[in-house]
Amino acid sequence: MAWRLRLVPETTNIDFFRWQWLTFGGSMFLSVVAIIAWVFMGLNFGIDFKGGTTIRTESTQAVDVGGYRAALEGLPLGDVVITEVFDPTFGDDQNVAMVRISAQEGSEAITPETITAVEAALKAHDPALTIASVESVGPKVSGELIWAAVLSMVAATGCILIYIWLRFEWQYSVGAVAALVHDVFITIGIFAVFQIKFDLTVIAALLTILGYSINDTVVVFDRLRENLMKYKTMPLRDVMNLTVNETLSRTLMTSGTTLIALIAMLVFGGDVIRGFVFAITVGIVLGTYSSVYVAKNMVLMIGLDRSEKKKSGTPDEFANIDA
Amino acid sequence: MNPMPLWKRVLILLVCAWGIIAAVPNLNYTNVEKHNDAATAIDAAGGTATAEQSADLALWPNFLPSNLVNLGLDLRGGAHLLAEVRVEDVYKARMDALWPEVRDALRDLRDQVGNVRRQPSPEGTLRVAISNPAGLTAALDAINDLATPVVSLTGVGQNDLAVSVEGEEIVIQLSDAEKTATDNRTIQQSLEIIRRRVDEVGTREPTIQRQGEDRVLIQVPGIGSAAELKALIGTTAKLTFNPVVGRTTDAGANPGARNQLLPAMGEPGVYYIIEETPVVTGEELTDAQPAFDQNNRPAVNFRFNPSGARKFGDYTAANIGAPFAIVLDDEVISAPVIQSHIPGGSGIITGSFSVEESTQLAVLLRAGALPAEMNFLEERTIGPELGQDSIDAGKIAAIISMCAVVFFMWASYGLFGFFANIALAINMALIFGALSTVGGTLTLPGIAGIVLTIGMAVDANVLVFERIREELRSARSAGRAIELGYEKAKSAIVDANITTFITAVVLFAVGTGPVRGFAITLGIGIITSVFTALFVTRIFVELWFNRARPKTITV
Repeated sequence: MAWRLRLVPETTNIDFFRWQWLTFGGSMFLSVVAIIAWVFMGLNFGIDFKGGTTIRTESTQAVDVGGYRAALEGLPLGDVVITEVFDPTFGDDQNVAMVRISAQEGSEAITPETITAVEAALKAHDPALTIASVESVGPKVSGELIWAAVLSMVAATGCILIYIWLRFEWQYSVGAVAALVHDVFITIGIFAVFQIKFDLTVIAALLTILGYSINDTVVVFDRLRENLMKYKTMPLRDVMNLTVNETLSRTLMTSGTTLIALIAMLVFGGDVIRGFVFAITVGIVLGTYSSVYVAKNMVLMIGLDRSEKKKSGTPDEFANIDA
Repeated sequence: MNPMPLWKRVLILLVCAWGIIAAVPNLNYTNVEKHNDAATAIDAAGGTATAEQSADLALWPNFLPSNLVNLGLDLRGGAHLLAEVRVEDVYKARMDALWPEVRDALRDLRDQVGNVRRQPSPEGTLRVAISNPAGLTAALDAINDLATPVVSLTGVGQNDLAVSVEGEEIVIQLSDAEKTATDNRTIQQSLEIIRRRVDEVGTREPTIQRQGEDRVLIQVPGIGSAAELKALIGTTAKLTFNPVVGRTTDAGANPGARNQLLPAMGEPGVYYIIEETPVVTGEELTDAQPAFDQNNRPAVNFRFNPSGARKFGDYTAANIGAPFAIVLDDEVISAPVIQSHIPGGSGIITGSFSVEESTQLAVLLRAGALPAEMNFLEERTIGPELGQDSIDAGKIAAIISMCAVVFFMWASYGLFGFFANIALAINMALIFGALSTVGGTLTLPGIAGIVLTIGMAVDANVLVFERIREELRSARSAGRAIELGYEKAKSAIVDANITTFITAVVLFAVGTGPVRGFAITLGIGIITSVFTALFVTRIFVELWFNRARPKTITV
């Protein structure tokens, strides 16, 4: 027999419910903590959601945050936040800083005069400095973007709920959505705790997590459905354990390849996209965990109707209406 | 194991071949881009090419597809603006222009309505007070006579003015149907002007489109900054009406003193010699609408303000039978012949127009200046270096993740993993082929989407291979195990991917810009990865199995 890389032994017999209070309970606890962090610490919204302007500067000279701040002091800009950006992909003479200016009065984005003034002030401080990008979002649009983001999350979750319900049964739907909510909330919680910039691409990442997490959960559910037909008398809990053991190798393989790809992107993909990739990476770890420890526990708690059901579409289904 | 039917195999291999051929131009991006630019330029010049263009054209053979993946602004660099057009400006202008007409109409009824006064009112409405309330009905009738039917699909049968009575005063405003029609005209006009302004600087593939009710999205790759773009859009078009001296096809003709030689729009090689001093300028034009002349041919109605009307009337009276030129930004839009004296400041331009052309001309005539002011709600400038850095970083990440996944699959599944790896390569080709063909835009999150696809694409293969392993354990023959593996894994693969596809569709529907780019690559990636896992890998496995006929297999 040829050598094969094995992430898990050929057959496993792990009792995934053994530490239920720790795994499932822990997940629930973390979700609550995440929501609390979200509510009390708040998210570090990017300009997409808050309005305002970010200016990315590049220079061959070292970034001098204090000097930049002093240079911008005289301008009527309101709140100014200056941060230096570090990234392993930058060359030695590539020094990057982000200047963030709070939203100005009115519904409009920043005026060209303001940008010119900021650029002139910064260049006076460091002649080698160039402006790599300027992004400005007016408060009117940012309000709409938040709304669109929330709407998209709800719409995606709703569509998934309905699809699973149609393909499986409603109990599965609840389990799947519980796993999704778990993944998304904990990811948001992590963004709140570490105050990582939360912008439109992070929403795209959260939607991707929805997609990936449900992908994983569905594979487990599909096998569960098959096993329930095969082992009609085995207790639900044992069928579930068997199912997860059978799919474990696949679950870890897929998460493994996806994580390899994402980690490569995280390290080498550059800083512009790092928040986005980070959110997806966290979500995929959580998604793998939740399809093993959250989704099926929910289904077990609700219970499944395992009585012999007649195939739908046969006339018998409607026969005993008055029974 | 039973092989797939021949037609199915041929079809699958054809799809793969198509994907690879359609993806190939992207490997040679710069040269193909030059080739395409040269081809467009030669086409526009009517088939004649300069030496430089011919050289560029030769960079890529004509028989190969030359569609490329569009690079988004975040990768190519450029400026993005989201502007809100203040459509209410136009309501106000309309009402202000209506007031003299109302006053004149009511003055004729002075013995019935008494004195007429304009009352202060919010912008976009006109309040008129009359001193004799008994004449209210007569006044309303007179005002209603000024209204004209709305010209739009949805507003059929409605008038453009909504007249009501509040107390002793008459309130006039645009009807809802007319407001909708006006908004559409205003936005269309704004788009047209912006397009002309942007085209003038000749950048590649600008995106100028309407968004929602009253917004305009403008994306221009390669422009220095959003501020530059704003300045460009703000410049007004210059429209003049000049006497025509002659017409020629000689680009080097000497126009003579105080005359100008200008090219004709839409007629390559035709030039007009016109007098330099215009009769009237576009600043005196108040309106232009597509219409039909008495012979029911498409035409354009236009109207001057009083001083323009007087000048135009005098000139046309003296020059019946002579052509005069309508000149926009140093290009002759058309040079109609004056048929009769045109008093009153309104006229009709006839010519050999199609309906579209007359609409276009009306838009251009109105397009002297932006019809309404714009508020800029969102603006982004991305420098070209930043975009190039992102492309480089994305390439490195994609290559590294590809290598890692390929090794991982080979180490885990041996020969079968090798098949899956070939399928992964074909998958990449299909994604790029599909993106190029549909003219999709690759953005930075889109690159992340592709990297994610590399990781997830093998999922379907993993499901199948794990299943084959299980079937082998239950001591089935190798061929049967492979067949069952594919069969039983199918429902999980399809369900799992449809749910992911749902999120891609939602992302596409609600997302904008870069996020939408991500949704496209994710969606295409899902379709191609299911296709490659279920069909392409299977063809390889079948070919190998039916040729080698192994007794036992190890997955």
